[in-house]
Amino acid sequence: MLWETVRLALTAITRNALRSFLTVLGVVIGVAAVIAMVTVGQGSSEQVSANVESLGTSVLVLRPGAQMMGPGARDNAPSFKLADVEALQDLTSLSAVAPTVSSSETAVYGNSNRSTTITGTTSAYLEIGGWEIARGRSFSTAEDRSGANVCIIGETVRTALFGSTDPTGEKIRIKSISCEVIGLLVAKGAGSFGQDQDDLVIMPVRTVQRRLLGSQDVSSISMTVASGVSSERAISDIKTLMRDRRRIAIGEEDDFSVNDMKELASMLNSVNSVLTGLLSSVAAVSLLVGGIGIMNIMLVSVTERTREIGIRLSVGAQASQVLMQFLVEAVVLSLLGGVIGILAGLGLAYVAAQIMAIPFSPSLDVIALAFGFSAVVGMVFGYFPARAAARLDPIEALHYQ
Amino acid sequence: MSPPLIELEGITRTYGSGEALVRALDGVDLTVEKGEFVAIMGPSGSGKSTAMNIIGCLDRPSGGHYRFNGVEVATLDQDQRALLRRNYLGFVFQGYNLLPRTTAIENVELPLIYKGQRKAERLVRAREALQRVGLEGREHHTPSQLSGGQQQRVAIARALAGEPMVMLADEPTGNLDTKRSVEIMELMQKLNREAGLTIVMVTHEEDMAAYASRLVVFTDGKVVRDELMQERAS
Ligand SMILES: Nc1ncnc2c1ncn2[C@@H]1O[C@H](COP(=O)(O)OP(=O)(O)O)[C@@H](O)[C@H]1O
Ligand SMILES: [Mg+2]
Repeated sequence: MLWETVRLALTAITRNALRSFLTVLGVVIGVAAVIAMVTVGQGSSEQVSANVESLGTSVLVLRPGAQMMGPGARDNAPSFKLADVEALQDLTSLSAVAPTVSSSETAVYGNSNRSTTITGTTSAYLEIGGWEIARGRSFSTAEDRSGANVCIIGETVRTALFGSTDPTGEKIRIKSISCEVIGLLVAKGAGSFGQDQDDLVIMPVRTVQRRLLGSQDVSSISMTVASGVSSERAISDIKTLMRDRRRIAIGEEDDFSVNDMKELASMLNSVNSVLTGLLSSVAAVSLLVGGIGIMNIMLVSVTERTREIGIRLSVGAQASQVLMQFLVEAVVLSLLGGVIGILAGLGLAYVAAQIMAIPFSPSLDVIALAFGFSAVVGMVFGYFPARAAARLDPIEALHYQ
Repeated sequence: MSPPLIELEGITRTYGSGEALVRALDGVDLTVEKGEFVAIMGPSGSGKSTAMNIIGCLDRPSGGHYRFNGVEVATLDQDQRALLRRNYLGFVFQGYNLLPRTTAIENVELPLIYKGQRKAERLVRAREALQRVGLEGREHHTPSQLSGGQQQRVAIARALAGEPMVMLADEPTGNLDTKRSVEIMELMQKLNREAGLTIVMVTHEEDMAAYASRLVVFTDGKVVRDELMQERAS
């Protein structure tokens, strides 16, 4: 009898193809939307977390001007000099200090050229930024101090100028400087905002100051906090030192700012989780829409189905047999919709992850939740009207309007 | 002596309440013995269909006693009434009541499914029943592809397929032309005489009632006439 019931249910499904299709569609929409959105949301927050992780120990950035983005504040604040960097190096709460200046220039090698960012700094910068040398070497202390015509290039620049050949020992031209490539950086890939982190050339700070910018200024100073020291402690040390060096009277505002990059990254992370929340609520709405769709189809077909139940009862079916058929029908449609929905949702999420360059990380919980919800809706609205009808006297079910 | 097959005693059926109370059946007494062929006639609204539905266990009376083969039907639960319909009764509705988008043969198979017959056996029985009502070659037509008369014959075939003890037919020839009606009546008479099928049939037409062995007339929810008839020779 069970096999007979399954057969009855399958017959009913194929006989009412449009109704079955719409029911399945409702489940598919709900399940696919939820899975796609939540999977994308989780992938992007994983991406941000990975970025935060990769920053390692806390990186502090010191800039002139009261706030990073304050209007006007930066203009009248004096720039930092290399002497400030040396003073900061004496702070025990910091483990590495690197000045940075930068300039957008074109790097030329033979017939190839590449517009890129030239960063003037010291070898400490590599340590702070978590950069590793793939080939060659970093700046020597002498090169850091003297402003030698040497440079370290990122993978993107290397590819543009040298293809896949070894660039070390070659000379590239930047404006009037002919500088020797002494190192190649290990590629980092895309950053939090999708920017290309490997599109850079690093030169000694003095070289950039003198030959490219013609200025003694340092635009920002990056630092890492010594192990066992809190970033708050380090920031307070930096502030005390700088207020003293810049002769800021007690009661006056700082004319510089210190930002904790890790804090920034975790801020980004929280923005991202808001975004994930938003995506999830959109997904929840689609789930609801799918559910209402299923509900509608089921309720619209109640009249016809009630008459069907009346006919079955009148030829001798027992209520439980009729209900079993309807339950099997609902289960089959929900399963079908659920499986298609999961595949469609994962497919969408996979494509989106490729486009957005984020990890593809499907979660079993979400799949189960979306599937469960749609299945419950399908069954509730397929089963309960049927149960009500099966409890009627056959003549009432037959005359149901 | 075995009990009568159908025994209605003071059966009432009311709809609504208060001002709007309708007495569809107002104390019906009717006894049908095994092997009888009873025709029920009466004006429209006199309670014929209501009585048939109660006899067919599709509806329950508001009062009175209904005994089927000696069993008080009121003591049966829903599932037991379903078994009674399944094993003893075949119903032919005025409005056919076929499953839409379902072929003739599948409609006829329906009671056999619930009787637990296997597919192969069901197909043989259903085809046989369709042949009896003259529908060979129409097995795979759906109701919408059949005329009213053909649908009615599918409904009759469905009632016959389960080999019931009693066939209850509510205006089975209402939508058929005279030639078809006569064929159906002759078939029913044959089933009654040769297979001993008990038949209770509602009809508007004297000509059709003439095939029965007994005539019961309803008026205003009561039996006003109940007499044996000279059976029409076929
Ligand atoms: N479901 C119902 N609700 C209310 N009144 C009904 C219902 N079914 C039948 N009736 C009433 O019961 C009476 C008998 O109806 P019915 O048995 O169908 O008559 P017949 O078959 O003799 O034409 C009629 O007055 C009809 O209006
Ligand atoms: Mg009637």
